[in-house]
Amino acid sequence: MRNLRYREALREAMIEEMERDDRVFLMGEEVGHYQGAYKVSEGMLEKFGEKRVIDTPIAEGGFAGIGVGAAMVGLRPIIEFMTWNFSAVAFDQILNNAAKVRQMSGGQFTCPIVFRGPNGSARQVGSQHSHSMEHFYATVPGLKVVAPAFPADAKGLMKAAIRDDNPVLVMESETLYGVKGDVPDDQDAIPLGKAKIVREGKDVTIVAYSRTTHVALEAAAALEKEGISAEVVDLLSLRPLDEDTLVASVQKTHRCVVVHEGWPYGGVGAEVSDRVQRLAFDDLDAPILRVSTLDVPMPYNAKLEQLCIPQPDRVIGAVKRLMTRAS
Amino acid sequence: MDQAPRAAPEGRESLVPLTQPSGQLDKLAGLYRQMFLIRRVEEECARAYAEGKIGGFLHLYIGQEAVAVGALAALRHDDYVITTYRDHGMALAKGMSPKTLMAELWGKKTGCSQGLGGSMHLFDAKNNMLGGYGIVGGHIPLAAGVAFASKYRADGKVTLCFFGEGAVSIGGFHEGLSLAALWKLPIVFICENNEYSMGTPLSRSMSVEDVSMKALGYGVDRDRFFVDDVLEVEKRIGEAVQRARELSLPTLVEVRTYRFRGHSMSDPAKYRTKDELEEHKKKDPLTRARQKLATDGYGEPRLEQMEKEVEAEVAEAVKFADESPEPDVSILAETTYSGPFAS
Repeated sequence: MRNLRYREALREAMIEEMERDDRVFLMGEEVGHYQGAYKVSEGMLEKFGEKRVIDTPIAEGGFAGIGVGAAMVGLRPIIEFMTWNFSAVAFDQILNNAAKVRQMSGGQFTCPIVFRGPNGSARQVGSQHSHSMEHFYATVPGLKVVAPAFPADAKGLMKAAIRDDNPVLVMESETLYGVKGDVPDDQDAIPLGKAKIVREGKDVTIVAYSRTTHVALEAAAALEKEGISAEVVDLLSLRPLDEDTLVASVQKTHRCVVVHEGWPYGGVGAEVSDRVQRLAFDDLDAPILRVSTLDVPMPYNAKLEQLCIPQPDRVIGAVKRLMTRAS
Repeated sequence: MDQAPRAAPEGRESLVPLTQPSGQLDKLAGLYRQMFLIRRVEEECARAYAEGKIGGFLHLYIGQEAVAVGALAALRHDDYVITTYRDHGMALAKGMSPKTLMAELWGKKTGCSQGLGGSMHLFDAKNNMLGGYGIVGGHIPLAAGVAFASKYRADGKVTLCFFGEGAVSIGGFHEGLSLAALWKLPIVFICENNEYSMGTPLSRSMSVEDVSMKALGYGVDRDRFFVDDVLEVEKRIGEAVQRARELSLPTLVEVRTYRFRGHSMSDPAKYRTKDELEEHKKKDPLTRARQKLATDGYGEPRLEQMEKEVEAEVAEAVKFADESPEPDVSILAETTYSGPFAS
């Protein structure tokens, strides 16, 4: 067991998979000579050379498309977006080509590609650099979307994403890159589509992923002091979604709060809410509540930004609203 | 290669001698057969569309056949081709059978994509036909990615990427060309300039009508010519293919062509005059090829025999498409994801 930072765990996964399979390569802006905008790929150029760690010009649509084309004929690209915000100009490549080519070709072609990069809020980077893009992508059949919260899961999901024969989008987080955690020496791929109970409880289920898993755990610790026992489900995988774990948890706690960054209209939280009410309706003692980013573009001002994104106090407030309902 | 296009538009009539050496004659006969097959398949598709057997969009290639047939004649079988939604000619020239193509357009399980792709998305893995794509310019970076993979693996394959002049205004074209130039990828970008971006003529869609000029800014070799003679297309594209294969360098080729039908079946093409269309039909490369064959020694009887065979092949394909079963709902999940997927 080693204690690694989130970014180091991601890097280890990529290095191990590139050593295992010479069809795997990393491509993106500043991934090579600059050592990665967020140092996720630090040292990889020196290790693998310019053939397999490829710096690109600023042309997301172009290099995302290059990845899709290369994947169709048998390579296994890892395409880094400096941040997922910039994937907006490559949306057509992901939506219309990566996600569709298998179906349009009647199964003749597959697209084994990983798109990855930091997602969600950073710190005071303003409205254009703070998007939670997972909500857009998780609606698209043909794609898989994962969002790890801890270093070990980051490594396991990244390895699984690289080995998967479908397009997999890995949502990392700038605010998590420096977070440390234990990673088993033999950490292997984690199956996609499995959630984890990261804290057991009996009164309420808090569903979260990526950065908000940490927010949920902080809220759960505070709630415990007030005698409320919260279970925290870390989704890990947003598409496919682990219905079984969600339902089993809600059957135990009878209450559910979903916490995520990104706006409240639609999205992953709405999807979780729909499935839980549909699959565990008789077990619910209260409506499902969502704690999301407020329904406004992200403000630059530090206080307003923190007010907009989910914080432990908002999660605690939501849980208390549920607990005060008669059960 | 020099940077100036060698064939000025006004010099088009004197480009190719009409007398062909005998080896070339047999080759021309083979290419004519392909062009004739494409045209007859599409004419039957137009009929089937009117009869309601084909749904959605149907973009016909009629008038442009010499581009696909000539260009693909310059390839090895394992080279890659990727194109737009106007893809019937390309798929047939790359080796797809009329049966497989028509069954796809009829939405049948026996189609190349099991009836899931339709007219705009013809894929044929065994012939390295990487598909027709419906978002203008979106496939151009993909093509660069295929060429990237060839360079990565040093497999010696060349990618041909086709698109219309309407794609030249969108970002995908520029990003694809820019990256292919930067990384010296083995690819030929072929702009099929048929003068109309749907209903908008060149004069209202481009500040510079010479598409090949776009190559200059990216430091890419270029060529530009009118498509009158299918053998000339093979020769000119062949030079670019050779540059890609031997030097791993991209080329942008603008071929001036003309579609005789509207943008799609729903377009009556009111934006052009009947005279303009008739002028172009007089220069139909398919008719020219037939005339050459008839007068240069191949002879009318062999041509008629060939055409009879093609008619039979097309009729058989229509029958096959008519009689084929539709796909079952069970194929939807397995074609959306590779492997199991629990939603």
